[in-house]
Amino acid sequence: MYVVVVGGGKVGLNLARELIRHGEEVTLVEGDRRTYLRIEQELEHAVQYGDGTELWVLERAGIQRADLVVAVTGDDEDNILICQVAKEKYLCERIIARCNNPRNLQHFKLLGVQPAVSATDLILNLIEHEVPGHGLVHLLDLPDEQLEIIEVEVAENAPAAGRRVSDIELPEGSLIISVLRRGGTGFVPKADTVIDAGDEVLVVLDPGLESSITEQFAPNGYLG
Amino acid sequence: MMVLVVGAGRVGAAVAKSSLAAGHTVSVLDEDPLSHERLDAGQPTSWEDAGGRFTVGTAIEIDALLAAGIEDADIFIAATRGDNTNILVAQVAQKRFGVPRVIVRVLDPARSDWYAEQGLHTICAVKLGIAMFEQAVLEAARS
Repeated sequence: MYVVVVGGGKVGLNLARELIRHGEEVTLVEGDRRTYLRIEQELEHAVQYGDGTELWVLERAGIQRADLVVAVTGDDEDNILICQVAKEKYLCERIIARCNNPRNLQHFKLLGVQPAVSATDLILNLIEHEVPGHGLVHLLDLPDEQLEIIEVEVAENAPAAGRRVSDIELPEGSLIISVLRRGGTGFVPKADTVIDAGDEVLVVLDPGLESSITEQFAPNGYLG
Repeated sequence: MMVLVVGAGRVGAAVAKSSLAAGHTVSVLDEDPLSHERLDAGQPTSWEDAGGRFTVGTAIEIDALLAAGIEDADIFIAATRGDNTNILVAQVAQKRFGVPRVIVRVLDPARSDWYAEQGLHTICAVKLGIAMFEQAVLEAARS
């Protein structure tokens, strides 16, 4: 696989290093001369100097034959435009963009630059996952596919607590796919599995059903 | 016509002033409050007294664009110093807010051409400058 990585900061350099270690062919593009010279000591011919938003710089890096273009500069405008030309001008099939400010995610989406990875959002999701007291955690959101997977802890007073799976009143378009019991491992429940308070259930659902799911499992819980 | 100018530098401020003088409603957005001075310079009254609007904010922030009146804009001019900001914010104006006329300042000739092919009205001062230099060199060589 040939990968063009634009942006030689901490993210870009470590990414390039790891990809090379995995045997991939990589060209890293860095626009700051001093940073470039430092990286060149290590990566040698795998790094090129130039403004990765300029077309000739991308062409010199071989964007026409790239299987994957990754834009990870510290500038969201740059990352969006690099990926936009990679996709629309050079017809690169796979792009990945870094989103520095989560408020800019809407711009990535507007211009079809997907996936956009936001470290801030990833950490926020982890916090949501790790901090107890949050009733509902989004494990997977696929808005285009109209699919979500959430994890919710069953509260003491929940209507679902102590009931069999088949008796829990779940809305149409949702399904319990796994149960994590305290101290044990996860398992796929059967229709007669009894859900207990303290269990964590994984539910696959159509977007928009969160609140009716929460009513069943964590009526006083925090709506994520 | 309502003209929204993003970036009150030499280009943006000059176009804003002439648009106001031509009788249009003009709103200017710039992240630097001091850029307002450029709008007042050489004018008998202040920018606001002359009927202009000025908003301090970052071009790619939706809230700033809304505050500057993008929803009412008939003409959108992206004239910050950054090509990438201009190209991005112009596409936001065109695709998200449906502004009918979007004009973008792009210094990089190659991307000015490519984005023009994609339907943006780009203006590349560098390209014009290069053509004038080439013409001047040819004429100088001939004489």
